[in-house]
Amino acid sequence: MFQLSNEAKQKIQFELKRYESKQSAVLPALYIGQKENKGHISPDVIKELSKVMNIPEAQINEVFTFYTMYNKNKIGKYHIQVCRTLSCMLNGAEELTAHLCKELDVKLNEVTADGRFTVSEVECLGSCGTAPMMQIGNKYYENLNPEAAMNLLRGMK
Amino acid sequence: MQTLDLTEETKYLTKETKYLSEFYHLPEFKGLAGYKNKGGYQDLEKALKMPPQAIIDEVKASGLRGRGGAGFSTGMKWGFLPKNNEPRYLLCNADEGEPGTFKDRMMMEKAPHQLIEGMIISAFAINSKKSYIYVRGEYDESIDALEAALQEAYKAGYLGKNILGSGFDHDMDVYRGAGAYICGEETGMISSLEGLKGQPKLKPPFPAIQGYLKKPTIVNNVETLAVVKYIIRDGAAHYRTLGTEKSAGTKLFSLSGNIAKPGNYEVPLGYALKDMIYGMGGGFKNNKQLKAVIPGGSSAPVLNAAESMKATLDYENLAQMGSMLGSGAIIVIDDSQCMVQCLANLMHFYHHESCGQCTPCREGTGWLDKISHSILSGHGRRQDIELLLKVADNMKGKTICALSDAAALPVISFVTKFRDEFEYFVNEGKSKVKGTAFKGAPHASH
Repeated sequence: MFQLSNEAKQKIQFELKRYESKQSAVLPALYIGQKENKGHISPDVIKELSKVMNIPEAQINEVFTFYTMYNKNKIGKYHIQVCRTLSCMLNGAEELTAHLCKELDVKLNEVTADGRFTVSEVECLGSCGTAPMMQIGNKYYENLNPEAAMNLLRGMK
Repeated sequence: MQTLDLTEETKYLTKETKYLSEFYHLPEFKGLAGYKNKGGYQDLEKALKMPPQAIIDEVKASGLRGRGGAGFSTGMKWGFLPKNNEPRYLLCNADEGEPGTFKDRMMMEKAPHQLIEGMIISAFAINSKKSYIYVRGEYDESIDALEAALQEAYKAGYLGKNILGSGFDHDMDVYRGAGAYICGEETGMISSLEGLKGQPKLKPPFPAIQGYLKKPTIVNNVETLAVVKYIIRDGAAHYRTLGTEKSAGTKLFSLSGNIAKPGNYEVPLGYALKDMIYGMGGGFKNNKQLKAVIPGGSSAPVLNAAESMKATLDYENLAQMGSMLGSGAIIVIDDSQCMVQCLANLMHFYHHESCGQCTPCREGTGWLDKISHSILSGHGRRQDIELLLKVADNMKGKTICALSDAAALPVISFVTKFRDEFEYFVNEGKSKVKGTAFKGAPHASH
């Protein structure tokens, strides 16, 4: 059964008081829960958040499923999100994604056998002038080509 | 400030008018000390001594129009607030998600205090004691920059109680989105800030009457709020000398796609699109030619090459040409690209981003995505071209927010202006430009 750490609970308590309405803490709390659960949100996480926040599970669940940055499934240690929208597509995003999946021997949205990588395609990340690009964790990697991107990944342990 | 000049070699204008972005090249402009060295927070001091109504009047007189996409008069929007002492909120829309747009991100990363100062002045004008900057969740660097700047601003007494001895109190905070294009729609953003699904709300009531937590709320784009500082500094009359009569001021344009020198460029409104492409954009690589331009973010109808050479970057001219200035995101497409593939890419985007509450949009974007990908896979039927237009026509003006129209308009313009490519694809089962079909259905599930 998933349980939030005391530190996470304290952070959630802070968020509950931070905004004009308590419900506004749901988005930040989901981030906290996701981080504690190694990058994805399982039904257990929703249950625990509901208990800690005293907000019904359904009200948290509908928010969780609406937004793309909350992961529904397990992800690798490094979550590679390649932007697929028009400006990136015009600059070779499809080739970039295909190359990463081939080299890492993994299908989209699945985890590599060693648990290190997940490759996903995402919609416009607002980095169109430096296309193609990808986001790994919170960080942007821009002006890529397939080989340069693979070299970056090789350096990630 | 720089003036325009004509480069002999290229015959195209290449100089920016760096009004907002004058000091963006200085790394120290990001911090409070560097920002103050360049006159930072002096306009706040000036504004706090003005009657709030005078600030609103100045913004109205400046002709400033919303820089996020809709282009609505900022002063007029503020004027819709009730004339009483009811608490009201100011929200900064930093949920930059319109494909092709990356100017707000640059502004927040390079000059967070510029936005904060513009927001405090705006909040003082509309008598708001609390504001939020709603930043899209992926913009980690922007959020870090803003949070650090907010701390500095509080410490220096620009935020909090009795700002600079004026008696005006104001608190500001950052709210992180979680990945949803629809939260860039102002009522969708309000829903999200309330901790709910980011679904737009039916208007009226407009946010100025009933917004965040049912209180009067003003939502303005990052660039719009930053401009307010400069209108206070230089006055409305000066601001109107930049740009055209009806489209006042400068604007940051995000240039991307098949272009030699992509990036953000600040120019006065009314600037020629061809100068943007061949001047500062440096034209095309590898002897490619101009084929099409999406001039205002992916929701703006596409222009063909001839139209692009004539267009000027202002609200009126682009509207006259059947497109729009939108967020100022210019996506350039060269002649090696397949327009069917470009449209299918965008339809996947809108299908993914539809919030699902209105049937014409939820179902319509799904159909547009599937039909365009069916053509792209080589399995399109001749009647699919008319079907695309019919579905798009049924989506216009029939929903709570503009996302449905934003998906429909590109379809109509792509199919109408590049019909030969669509017809070739359904007749031959392959792209007229690339000579092959593509993988069909989009991969990611919804």
